[in-house]
Amino acid sequence: MAIFPPQTRIWWNEPVAKAELVWISVAFLWGLIMFFMMIYWHIYGQQNLSTQVGRIDPAVFEQRTNEFAEKFKVRDEGDTGVPVVRPPPGGDAYMLARTFDWWPVLELEKGKPYKLHISSVDLQHGFSLLPINMNIQVHPGLEHIITITPTEAGTYGVVCNEYCGLGHHQMTGRIYVVEPGQGG
Amino acid sequence: MSTAATESDYIGRLATKFRTCPATGLKVDLAAERLIKANAVAAVVFLMIGGTFGLLVALTRWPAVHLLSSDMFYLVLTAHGLDVLLLWIIFFEMAILYFASAVILSSRIAAPRWGWVGFALMVVGGLMTNVAVLQGDSSVMFTSYVPLKAQPHFYLGLILFAVGALIGCFIFLGTLVIAKEEKTYEGSIPLVTFGALTACIIAVFTIASGAIILIPTFLWSVGYIANIDTLTYKLVWWAMGHSSQQINVSAHVAIWYLIAAVTVGAKPLSEKVSRTAFLLYIFFLQLASAHHLLVEPGLSSEWKIVNTSYMMYLAVLGSMIHGMTVPGSIEAAQRKSGYTRGVFEWLRKAPWGNPAFAGMFLSLVMFGFLGGISGVILGTEQLNIMMHNTLYVPGHFHATVVTGTTLAFMAATYLIVPLIFQRQIIWPKLARLQPYLFGLGAAGISVFMMGAGTLGVARRHWDITFPASDVILPYGYPPIASLMMGLNGLSAILAAIGGALYIAITVGSILFGKKVDATNAVASLGPMPKKIVHEAVTKYGDAGTWHLPGTYVLVGLFFTTFILYYFVNWKYLSELWPMQ
Repeated sequence: MAIFPPQTRIWWNEPVAKAELVWISVAFLWGLIMFFMMIYWHIYGQQNLSTQVGRIDPAVFEQRTNEFAEKFKVRDEGDTGVPVVRPPPGGDAYMLARTFDWWPVLELEKGKPYKLHISSVDLQHGFSLLPINMNIQVHPGLEHIITITPTEAGTYGVVCNEYCGLGHHQMTGRIYVVEPGQGG
Repeated sequence: MSTAATESDYIGRLATKFRTCPATGLKVDLAAERLIKANAVAAVVFLMIGGTFGLLVALTRWPAVHLLSSDMFYLVLTAHGLDVLLLWIIFFEMAILYFASAVILSSRIAAPRWGWVGFALMVVGGLMTNVAVLQGDSSVMFTSYVPLKAQPHFYLGLILFAVGALIGCFIFLGTLVIAKEEKTYEGSIPLVTFGALTACIIAVFTIASGAIILIPTFLWSVGYIANIDTLTYKLVWWAMGHSSQQINVSAHVAIWYLIAAVTVGAKPLSEKVSRTAFLLYIFFLQLASAHHLLVEPGLSSEWKIVNTSYMMYLAVLGSMIHGMTVPGSIEAAQRKSGYTRGVFEWLRKAPWGNPAFAGMFLSLVMFGFLGGISGVILGTEQLNIMMHNTLYVPGHFHATVVTGTTLAFMAATYLIVPLIFQRQIIWPKLARLQPYLFGLGAAGISVFMMGAGTLGVARRHWDITFPASDVILPYGYPPIASLMMGLNGLSAILAAIGGALYIAITVGSILFGKKVDATNAVASLGPMPKKIVHEAVTKYGDAGTWHLPGTYVLVGLFFTTFILYYFVNWKYLSELWPMQ
């Protein structure tokens, strides 16, 4: 019994039954498959986070986001005072996280790639793009640059899913995806 | 050895008072017994507090109920994580360490006074951090990611608690040394003690990581350090935070073997295989920090893949091995007792009316199917994009830590109360029900949170309805998300009833249970399967030449589920926006 010392003193020389060996081999192989699946997806899959990351002073990131918003602003979002910004397809888009909003609202064209720069100016935040459920961690001082290609037109929500203080649940943002040439 | 040392050794032996356990014949050091009792009682108290907080969290996240205000919600959520994930589990693990060393090896415990120092530090530390949270200025969640800042005594309490737990680990190791020197057992340590040793070694690593990150964070909170790097904090914090869950895995697997041994007389199929599986935990579980860093900027994919897979899933291999050897040893024992008909007579005729066995088996099945599989999916680099920080994460770890660890510890309590407190379980009929109530509730919590997580519902979030009065840019989750949160709330109520029953039965038994003596000792451990012997016994089922069709079916079912669910998630991932 497992509460008494092993019955055979030299237990490490006892043969292992075939059924156990079979299961250990199968489980080991399955582990290898799962391991190589991640590498396979890096080569052939479409959904991989970039490793293109740089250290950045939060103040610099804020300034770049402001410049970006000023340059490509197309309208205000209703009467909220938040600008809707439409970067050129293939270009850079910035989204800044701070307590408690995602800024600015972006308008992207369907099927076009964008270099999305995300960073925080204060605490850690969680970029959760809904309803497609794509989630990325955001750190102050680190700029995450991801090339994304929206596949369907519509209105997408951005929710913060890293707890960032008592107003955490108020921290939302928005991304519009429009058919090429429309919107604006 | 010097004369002085010999003398103190001699005094140590003389001063130790033992009793003989009437059920098992083991010699029990009374000093160890008192420490086990104290730690177990503290554990149950914190389970009661933390469990209540958990119920409040679930009732707030149920949109139709939405019980607490936002400030209170974040406060209570911080306290919930602290009290159950840390205090309940680690106090109980201290009791397990002392039990698995001193009691199982019939040895005197090393330095019992230090055991009380450790216990006091843990109590003071636990209370201090609780006070910090309840004062309201430290709602930083259990993870306390910098630069979110709590009050200094939040961190100080955690440090004191960790130091206390470290003392307990060294007492465990010291007791192993004493038992070996004084030859209280023959040959190698029993498998259960080996599992506890695994837990202890991982605990030392865990606590060291905790010290490395919490001490600077404490100094930062009082102003001696200007800045803590956010990524470094997370990397080292999770070397404590995730590795401490591996203490739980090792401890509750040891408990599975313990309960299987006591209730059905199971013996390990192969000592070598089971021990190697534990060894894999020691070698590879520490890499788990990466599970929390898969969608972080600033880390290479190579690093993420090697670490998140525990070096090619070798630690997962350990759990998959236990997943076969634990039910396998039960099946072998049952078949030996004569339950040899068909594929599953051994399982149908298992002592399901014994809460220790029922809790153990439910824990085994749910840890594997719900916690294990979801953990691997969550820990796959790219799949994590669909789940990071959604409710899928708490869904997963409630399956591992609640249906797995907590249920196993509850099951163990039904043996510890008669063996160590020497009291019979009061209300045996309710006790029979308890593991099922709690298990079902906890399974519901896990499944419905995972369901909500696949819809993108954020964890640690007060209000998922985003009313326009509160939010500038509202977003609406699909209505089924609210349904999931409602079902989660109902499951939490069920689990709370099961939990309250556990506490009432445990406390009631300790205070008012009938005394256990030589006449009723074995009966006090709950119903056990009778040995029946019929002709089939010679056909198969003897230990040594075992043949375990039932276990093969269960393992096959598990493996099929695993493979299907794994690839379904890759399918979902391929439908996301392309990103690189």
